[in-house]
Amino acid sequence: MKVLVPVKRVVDYNVKVRVKSDQSGVDIANVKMSMNPFDEIAVEEATRLKEKGAVTEVVAVSCGVTQCQETLRTAMAIGADRAILVQTDAELQPLAVAKLLKAVVDKEQPELVILGKQAIDDDANQTGQMLAALLGWGQATFASKLDVADGKATVTREVDGGLETVALKLPAIVTTDLRLNEPRYVTLPNIMKAKKKQLDTFTPDDLGVDVAPRLKTLKVAEPPARSAGIIVPDVATLVDKLKNEAKVI
Amino acid sequence: MTILVIAEHDNAELKGATFNTIAAAQKIGGDIHVLVAGSGADTVAEQAAKAAGVAKVLLADGAQLGDSLAENIAAQVLAVAKDYSHILFPATASGKNVAPRVAATLDVAQISDIIGVESADTFERPIYAGNAIATVQSSDAIKVITVRTTAFDAVAAEGGSAAIDKAEAVADSGLSSFVGREVAKSDRPELAGAAVVVSGGRGMGSAENFKLLDPLADKLGAALGASRAAVDAGYAPNDWQVGQTGKIVAPQLYVAIGISGAIQHLAGMKDSKVIVAINKDAEAPIFGVADYGLVADLFQAVPELVQAL
Repeated sequence: MKVLVPVKRVVDYNVKVRVKSDQSGVDIANVKMSMNPFDEIAVEEATRLKEKGAVTEVVAVSCGVTQCQETLRTAMAIGADRAILVQTDAELQPLAVAKLLKAVVDKEQPELVILGKQAIDDDANQTGQMLAALLGWGQATFASKLDVADGKATVTREVDGGLETVALKLPAIVTTDLRLNEPRYVTLPNIMKAKKKQLDTFTPDDLGVDVAPRLKTLKVAEPPARSAGIIVPDVATLVDKLKNEAKVI
Repeated sequence: MTILVIAEHDNAELKGATFNTIAAAQKIGGDIHVLVAGSGADTVAEQAAKAAGVAKVLLADGAQLGDSLAENIAAQVLAVAKDYSHILFPATASGKNVAPRVAATLDVAQISDIIGVESADTFERPIYAGNAIATVQSSDAIKVITVRTTAFDAVAAEGGSAAIDKAEAVADSGLSSFVGREVAKSDRPELAGAAVVVSGGRGMGSAENFKLLDPLADKLGAALGASRAAVDAGYAPNDWQVGQTGKIVAPQLYVAIGISGAIQHLAGMKDSKVIVAINKDAEAPIFGVADYGLVADLFQAVPELVQAL
């Protein structure tokens, strides 16, 4: 069974981004970029399935600028067998990415696609569900446990108020939540090996997909700042302030 | 212009998130219909019909809709979608699960987690863990939107008298099936809707120590929350997690105890009205957003606080 794992290159999760002064976007020039944390979990899960023998090949795919190659190399250092880059400098919104991924799925015919539940830059949480809809496949989002056997995937999902388990007919889409696994650290020998693995490049035109953005970003602003707080010396003052100044208790 | 709001419910009770989503729909303007898709959900439809501002309730009832499987619920929404200019879901686990599926099938972009309505086609939403607010405009014929419930005040649950229409339930997709559910039991208020939230972080030290927060939460009538560090360390259950990847809360009072204040955590609580931080590290970033900070050992400060209340 083949698994496809889409990965996204995003601003590293430790970086506090700044909004550009002309409100055209956030400033990501010279900022550290990394693989989206949820996607790392997806690659890890696919690799574990392969190590268990449930999966024969793991293919990583990324859509975006040339530098996404680095992200794909990281995926291959974790355990992906080969990679596909859909290269474009255009702004990609989730619907466009889902369409590109559908084209890749049509080419590669995987039985399972594992994506991260959301990217930490646009915080959209859409691509996996959209891909499932375009393919007409079942979906299990926010997975914290995944078992694949006998032509079906059994997935435990994190929902409001607890957990629920669903069974999906394969092929299917799974999106990862934080607790699905702990991604391994990539080792130097594996980074070296990843450099030799196959990386194919396509363009959206090759795949026949129109990636024009559907949403226009009019402006990007700083969130309203909170007024500076005070440090209170002891618990008694704190209670007094909450009762008489903030009047919240 | 008619707006469809997808009700969040458990087949027995309409969830509060629905009322906040109706409030967002009111800001867009136009007739508001509510779709209740479920199994044996008549009471839910009656509750929805009473909500202020609702013009009509559509009730789709069928066993295959009972377990909120994304494939079936999305198909149900799509079955009625063409009559609407906007389709709004609460940005809850179930709303986020279904909305993009509906949008992609309609070939429209989806707008996630809106926190403001500028006009019928222009909305505000947070990006980069809430560190920036984007204003986006949609040119799609049908706008599919999820609504951050904490950003809109709920409409009144009583006062409306909408008609309830039956919608034909769609057939089971056969793509997925429901296996089971594990619900975390709690007598405390629901985290996302609580007026007061008491949260603990890694500084609590252990699951045992987390119980220290119980008496404080009891006194304040608060829901309990946790940082990701506390959840990952096993101190608190998953669904207590507050943050970019957990729940977004905006209570009247948020008490952060032993939480350093990583940006992912702040994304989930920085719209709280009053934030109190108790931490022994005076340099912790949480003090940057706290209205009242107390630099102290939580193991002394929390019991003292319980006494003083």
